[in-house]
Amino acid sequence: MSDSVLYSVFLLVSLGVIAAIVLYIVSKKFYVYENPLISEVDEILPAANCGGCGSPGCKAFADKLVNTEDISELFCPVGGNDVMKQVSEILGKEVAEKDPTVAVLLCQGGCEVRPKTTIYQGPRTCAISAMVYGGETDCQYGCLGDGDCVAVCDFDAMYMDENTGLPVIDTDKCTSCEACVKACPRDIIEMRPLNKRDLKIFVGCLNQDKAGIAKKACDVACIGCSKCEDICPKDAVIMTDTLAYIDPIACTLCRKCVEVCPTHSIIETNFPPKKVKKPKEEKPKREKVAVVKAKIESVNPKTDA
Amino acid sequence: MADPIIISASPHIHSARTSKKVMYDVLYALIPAFLVSIYVFGIRALILTSVAVISCIVFEYLIQKYLLKTEITITDGSALITGILLAFNLPSNLPIWMIIVGALIAIGVAKLSFGGLGYNIFNPALVGRVFLLVCFPVQMTSWPTAVENNWSLVDAVTGETTLGIIKEGLMYGETMSTISEKIPSAMELLIGITSGSVGEMSALALLLGGVFLIVRKVITWHIPATILVTMAVMTGIFWLVNPEQYASPLIHILSGGAILGAFYMATDLVTSPMTKKGMIIFAIGIAIITVVIRLFGAYPEGISFAILIMNAFVPLINKYFKPRRFGNQIKSKIV
Amino acid sequence: MLKTFPKGGIHPEENKITSSKAIKRMPVPKVVYVPIAQHIGIPAEIIVDRKDKVEIGQVIAKSGGFVSSNIHSPVAGTVTKLDMIVDSSGYKKQCIVIRTDQKNESNFEVPDFPLKKEISMDQKNILQHITDCGIVGLGGATFPSHVKLDLKNDNHVDCLIINGVECEPYLTADHRLMLEKADEIIVGIQILMHALHINEAIIGIENNKKDAIKVLKQAAQSDKRIKVAALQVKYPQGSEKQLIKAIIQREVPKGGLPMDVGVIVHNVGTIFAIYQAVQYDQPLIERVVTVTGKKIENASNFWVKIGTPIKDLVEEVGGLPEGTRKIVNGGPMMGKAIKNTDVPVTKGTSGILVISEDEASRQDPKNCIRCGQCVFVCPMGLEPHLLMNLSEKGMYEKASYEDIMTCIECGSCSYVCPSHRPLLDYIRFGKSIVKKINTTKN
Repeated sequence: MSDSVLYSVFLLVSLGVIAAIVLYIVSKKFYVYENPLISEVDEILPAANCGGCGSPGCKAFADKLVNTEDISELFCPVGGNDVMKQVSEILGKEVAEKDPTVAVLLCQGGCEVRPKTTIYQGPRTCAISAMVYGGETDCQYGCLGDGDCVAVCDFDAMYMDENTGLPVIDTDKCTSCEACVKACPRDIIEMRPLNKRDLKIFVGCLNQDKAGIAKKACDVACIGCSKCEDICPKDAVIMTDTLAYIDPIACTLCRKCVEVCPTHSIIETNFPPKKVKKPKEEKPKREKVAVVKAKIESVNPKTDA
Repeated sequence: MADPIIISASPHIHSARTSKKVMYDVLYALIPAFLVSIYVFGIRALILTSVAVISCIVFEYLIQKYLLKTEITITDGSALITGILLAFNLPSNLPIWMIIVGALIAIGVAKLSFGGLGYNIFNPALVGRVFLLVCFPVQMTSWPTAVENNWSLVDAVTGETTLGIIKEGLMYGETMSTISEKIPSAMELLIGITSGSVGEMSALALLLGGVFLIVRKVITWHIPATILVTMAVMTGIFWLVNPEQYASPLIHILSGGAILGAFYMATDLVTSPMTKKGMIIFAIGIAIITVVIRLFGAYPEGISFAILIMNAFVPLINKYFKPRRFGNQIKSKIV
Repeated sequence: MLKTFPKGGIHPEENKITSSKAIKRMPVPKVVYVPIAQHIGIPAEIIVDRKDKVEIGQVIAKSGGFVSSNIHSPVAGTVTKLDMIVDSSGYKKQCIVIRTDQKNESNFEVPDFPLKKEISMDQKNILQHITDCGIVGLGGATFPSHVKLDLKNDNHVDCLIINGVECEPYLTADHRLMLEKADEIIVGIQILMHALHINEAIIGIENNKKDAIKVLKQAAQSDKRIKVAALQVKYPQGSEKQLIKAIIQREVPKGGLPMDVGVIVHNVGTIFAIYQAVQYDQPLIERVVTVTGKKIENASNFWVKIGTPIKDLVEEVGGLPEGTRKIVNGGPMMGKAIKNTDVPVTKGTSGILVISEDEASRQDPKNCIRCGQCVFVCPMGLEPHLLMNLSEKGMYEKASYEDIMTCIECGSCSYVCPSHRPLLDYIRFGKSIVKKINTTKN
């Protein structure tokens, strides 16, 4: 082997060893002490960094959990009760238990039922189009359809339905981080409790106009007729002059209001279809007698003498 | 049924100026120079320019459609202008395949890889030219001599550009008086009987186009005037000190790519600063670097490098040379 | 060389189609919808009820605070309802709906006030009259005038500037008012000078209104303190900061008011309203509105009662022409586009503009080509391309540092952008978020 090869190998190996020694010394000298509990908690957090807890990222939230005395106010909506229980075990502090919730869009005025009466030209983001005018339809309370909520969702739980022009929320993926609630300039998205099999009943309308105007703007608007309030057995419907709202905590999902709403404004999701009972046929009395007579005759035919 | 009413935020009227119109104005401004170059270099110049333009447009289409899968923007005129300016920077006897390589670098690397129109930092045509210069130095520096009324396809003789002759002469110890016999006179440089790239020929034609652009408000006078004046001042100082070692300012301004660079390359909207103060600083920088390279550097012509170097400073210039805010100098009583 | 502001500005086509049309009187509307929030500040408080009978000029809503204004009934009639009506913002606002009493003569009398030159009131009375008569800035901003004129003890104001510029294309309301009521305007100026102890008044008029300049110069001959300044035609010459800079070369400091440089600015329409309020006790119940558009048959200027639905105005000029795509409440640069014509005329409505297909549509925005045109035309020295980028990306603090709040929303940047980028839309959005952040901080 020539000298130059030997020298090159020797030089590179020694460079590598020196670098390793320097790095070792530096890592020991400039070591920053961090409470090992923080990394332990960070391990079990969902690592989504969505901000739903109020902290800028999961590591920051772990830091807050470890360093705050009372963590009963803190909650990770993505991890839910399971993760919070594990955190409580690690840290030995009490945590809150919250019922799971899901985001719900309180407007069903899609393109077919709420016709567009103008064209909006400008940036297609809800924050700006809400400022410009009441919207492209005659209902100034409904969904604008420009998708700020879809854009802000970190968990891919929302997409725009092309046929209706409304955002759709995938309940399986929704983590209740509330980013969409904050993004909507008209406050159309609400967090409602998550029931088993994702059963939901809600009024799909926020229109506060009088009945005639609301119905003209949108076929499925709530006209404030109060039929739902009258029929609800649990008093779960809260009425203003022109709009109904179903309180999700009092509601028992009996579906009576859905049937009675004249504009089909109340929406039910994931219920099995109702059995349609056949109406009882009332046979008139005379016919009944004839049938019975025929029966008697068939058993005991009258013999003519 | 009548078309529905439109709603939008104000303003509800718009000026008739679009970016397409701006690009086409630049195209019209380049036509006189183009005609002069065909006159002196023949059909070859036409072929060179057409190949450059077509390959720029084709590459932009292909890359946008198949590689980036974004909107296709070949109709906005920017690829056309890049192709023409690239061709204007090359010698007319360059092999065709090199032009195509240059177009690929200009469009693919200098423009689309940064994000397309409006996002590039460096002037695409100059990047293409400098790339070719560095990769193929021999072919890029064998300049065909201008022959009047040249309609042939074959270029007869190759020779040096004015600046090349000056640099070489000075390197071998000749004085300016002997060199000036070998180089064209100022009048010849003005009209265009000299050697050089396709676009460097006629200072007069380029000036005409430049004035057209200023009148049409596509560019302002700040960058071209500052570059030429600063170059004249700098070279003038050296020339006054030692007229035998340095060429006169008039020769410097009229030869090489000075006018082409000052009016068409440095003023490229995307890669130049956005405020008047910034433009002047930018132009002074270009002029200083060009003169330094011309007088003390290895290359005879330095304006391409100067423009590219100053392009890199433009974001910094934009950050620090902001327009004066209205009402800024007086402190308000109301906080 | 005519004076103008030094930086920025654009030259849109003037299209002053109606500048030769004398102001006509609109027939009295059958129903008026009077919003209670026609001015900047706190909305007025309603003091009438359903079924009340009201007279012309009766106060129907009282000022709701310091920065607020009275609202008077424009017609004699009956209050039918207190309802939420869509106004030009597109959202519903509280309105008082009054049905005109067709039998009441006072509705159809054409008011005829002969010129009254003597000023008999003292300062306090003058300001009281201005407050009571509900005068607000009629240039479009609708700032309550008595608040602007409330100098308190800090009286170093030495110049009164009258804004007769009307830089927006198409609008001619102020122009006609200056031609037809020049003497009254001069008396109005003298009233204000007397009330505020100011010795110098300058009327700024753009040079495309040469007849108005002549008429006002003649009317002001007798008073050496009042001068007329002809200004270069440039938009936005009528913006008060640019106007002050152009006429007397003083620059209002950032975040400040004209009072900080010793100036008060008023629109000619407001001066005329002040004249009528002080000399004849007339409340603000009508104003001049230009109804125009390239395809409108009888485009003209009108005296319109506040609360008239725009529908009536459009009918008066021959209806909406075919191919109408946009109806704008105001001028084409700063007006609001409205959807239907049920919207009422308010104190701030200076014009109704009907735009047809070719001009109305916006083109699709493209990439910013960094041409710097928006920076060149911004009269406030801002960088609209940068502000749009920061607002889009949510960097509101940096936008505030780059002085987004000093934007006057004139629209020159969006007008001139060759790539048709919606610069002003994003800047307005950025401003609203920065304002929200600032108010939650304080």
